[in-house]
Amino acid sequence: MSSDVRTVSYDVLVVGAGGAGLRAAIEASAAGASVGVLSKSLLGKAHTVMAEGGIAAALANVDDRDSWRVHFADTMRGGAYVNDPRMAEIHAREAPERVRELEAWGALFDRTKDGRILQRNFGGHRYPRLAHVGDRTGLEMIRTLQDHGVHAGITFHMEQTVTALFRDGARIAGAFAYDRERGRYTLYEVKAIVLATGGVGRAFSITSNSWEYTGDGHALAYEAGADLADMEFVQFHPTGMVWPLSVRGILVTEGVRGEGGVLRNSEGKRFMFDQIPDLYASQTATDEEEGWRYCQGDKRARRPPELLTRDHVARCIMREIREGRGSPHGGVFLDIAWIRGRIKDGEAHIKRKLPSMYHQFKELAGIDITREAMEVGPTTHYVMGGVRVDAETQMSTVPGLFAAGECAAGLHGANRLGGNSLSDLLVFGKRAGEHAAKYARASAPARCNPAEVAEAGRRALAPFDGAPESGEGPYALQQELQVLMQDEVGIVRREEEMRTALESIGRLRERASSVRVGGNREYNPGWHTALDLPHLLTVSEAITRAAIERRESRGAQFRDDFPEKDPAFGAISVVLRKGPDGRMLVSKEPLPPMSREQKAIIEEMK
Amino acid sequence: MSAGRTFRIWRGDARSGELVEYRTEVAPGMVVLDAVHRIQAESAGDLACRWNCKAGKCGSCSAEINGRPRLMCMTRLSDLPEDRPVQIEPMRAFPPIRDLVVDVSSNYEAKRKVRPFSPRPPDADDGTWRMSQADVDRVQEFRKCIECFLCQDVCHVLREHRLHDRFVGPRVLVHAAALEMHPLDRADRTSELRAEHGLGFCNITKCCTSVCPEGITITDNAIIPLKERVVDRFYDPIRAFMRLIGID
Repeated sequence: MSSDVRTVSYDVLVVGAGGAGLRAAIEASAAGASVGVLSKSLLGKAHTVMAEGGIAAALANVDDRDSWRVHFADTMRGGAYVNDPRMAEIHAREAPERVRELEAWGALFDRTKDGRILQRNFGGHRYPRLAHVGDRTGLEMIRTLQDHGVHAGITFHMEQTVTALFRDGARIAGAFAYDRERGRYTLYEVKAIVLATGGVGRAFSITSNSWEYTGDGHALAYEAGADLADMEFVQFHPTGMVWPLSVRGILVTEGVRGEGGVLRNSEGKRFMFDQIPDLYASQTATDEEEGWRYCQGDKRARRPPELLTRDHVARCIMREIREGRGSPHGGVFLDIAWIRGRIKDGEAHIKRKLPSMYHQFKELAGIDITREAMEVGPTTHYVMGGVRVDAETQMSTVPGLFAAGECAAGLHGANRLGGNSLSDLLVFGKRAGEHAAKYARASAPARCNPAEVAEAGRRALAPFDGAPESGEGPYALQQELQVLMQDEVGIVRREEEMRTALESIGRLRERASSVRVGGNREYNPGWHTALDLPHLLTVSEAITRAAIERRESRGAQFRDDFPEKDPAFGAISVVLRKGPDGRMLVSKEPLPPMSREQKAIIEEMK
Repeated sequence: MSAGRTFRIWRGDARSGELVEYRTEVAPGMVVLDAVHRIQAESAGDLACRWNCKAGKCGSCSAEINGRPRLMCMTRLSDLPEDRPVQIEPMRAFPPIRDLVVDVSSNYEAKRKVRPFSPRPPDADDGTWRMSQADVDRVQEFRKCIECFLCQDVCHVLREHRLHDRFVGPRVLVHAAALEMHPLDRADRTSELRAEHGLGFCNITKCCTSVCPEGITITDNAIIPLKERVVDRFYDPIRAFMRLIGID
């Protein structure tokens, strides 16, 4: 088999074409850089499309008490104060401008009565803050960026996957990719790279993520010498579908609860009232009536407990299921149909506000959500951790290597608020693109080492060495890893189990080197799955090591053996990097300090 | 409760191909895409197909199931006749790449030809616009499109007559309609709709509407209003006369 490599050059290469990648590419191109974008799937299919609820931005269109300061404080509180405060501030300050810009590019959001962008309630946000389009905001956002981007002088390479990055001395120099269609290799020799590869959901068996989310950006950056941070913080979204089994994990938007949907156990009880965390006690409704008034826009009312942060809601659901009060298929009930008794024309209202949820349940589960309760349970949704980046520029610890969106760490701390992801993509996508272009402008061309390039080509072909029967199948190995991570490093964690998991991951890594596939290089999903495996194993190891290191419970990390918060861990980030001997090094590094103003805001909003 | 079912899947590439039979276990609630994945994992590791969201939101897994263009992720096995094999073929209006994967790049190229969004100046001093929900709602129907290209697949102008270079197809006309009816847009796409985009090739058989998984009323709400604009502009006798004497 030939391993011919074609070489293509750009100033800036963007890896990933979801919200962050597209926004970065648009910005870098506008700054005058030549820009290439690689997408693992077709353009417009990235996971951004699945985002349903909205984009969080303190536009203050619905409640004029909102401001960037409140948004900042909400984000920090939601992240249990281990966020990078500088990123949280930049995000809160710049999100409104990024949303308005989308409108100028053709996005059509739902409107207020006076014709401005409408905003809705969401978990952890004090005021209605999410600009939205029914429950398909992500589609609106990605299509707007895509349609704008294709006229912005950017070159798109669809269905290309990166398997290795190269450095020239300390700085980044290029990326090695194969195309799905023919399995041909391309070396991208570039001055700067923006990683915008999204998440790691495929490391777990129950996930809302598609096949693409194998932690590519995380693993590529790590292998290239960059730091990863906060990898222990994996968000389990409280509401995924649980039945039928084949759709288990598919997301049910938090928007259902924002519109008044309530969680009940098998006894019909709204169990979320049973346990309210201290941090949120003063902001949470004391009874069902007050919660309903909040969802109806009553500014004096406080939010219902269903809209507490995702980590907390997910744990409460797990408790109900474990204590035997779950639904028939191992979830709990999410009921929006009940609002028909409270508002006029409830059925039409639900269909208008939650059209894709209506469609999804009707088609896939045979359930009419305007009449029946849904069954839901936690699903792996998002990783707060990622490539450790500079707050201003999004540059990693490797010069010229940038990261934005889900594959970057810092903004969300220990737990991400719903709606803060889409705004993250826009705010930091733009910044990454801007600074990557700036870096490229100031840099001479970099060169990739031909020996390393040849080695990357050989490594990618290894799964074809010998008959498929002579090695392991890639699908079975991937599945084994997913079950392992779900069971041993999932929502509830214990040191002993995680130590066992770590050993298992080591054994899986050895076995991964003997994975063999049939067929040829043309559009061969078995081969693609085999090449994703090393990335999945690296992020799984990173998650596990970081989770062991953080001996406390905070945000999305719940340790059964350390169920309380520990203030010492509130001041550090767990950082992972590749040691000189190739082993993964774990260290605790102090969080960036908060400014006096930031401290004052948090104090004031407590 | 599970039972075996037979699937006939088209395997091949740009040169040739054939239907190959597979058997796998099915469970309640399974969709066609689940069966394809199961076959991939069990007996055909290199079986090529596209998919992403698995919830009808991304439009990646388009195929022809028992001869009908559909999303594999939204087609439940229980809705297909049990007395015969489930036949899964790639979209036939596009060049085959491998198995269920086809070359859909022509759709991206056609869409790129449509003149981009061009808004009126902002309504307010802060650079923002005012729009009513009713005006937004009218266009939202078109913006629901997930670009699965099933409408392009079923369109006889593309499928039988292969006029990809003269007719942009229903998906792209929906995109053009979304721009033309966008409350803020002020570009005029009428003349290129008539000429380069080949709007006249559509003879409103409504096949596109019938296969749209998002339920967009493509023909009635998007294509016919565009045709009316073209007629108003180019075929109105009074305007034609005015054009003749050089007024329009």
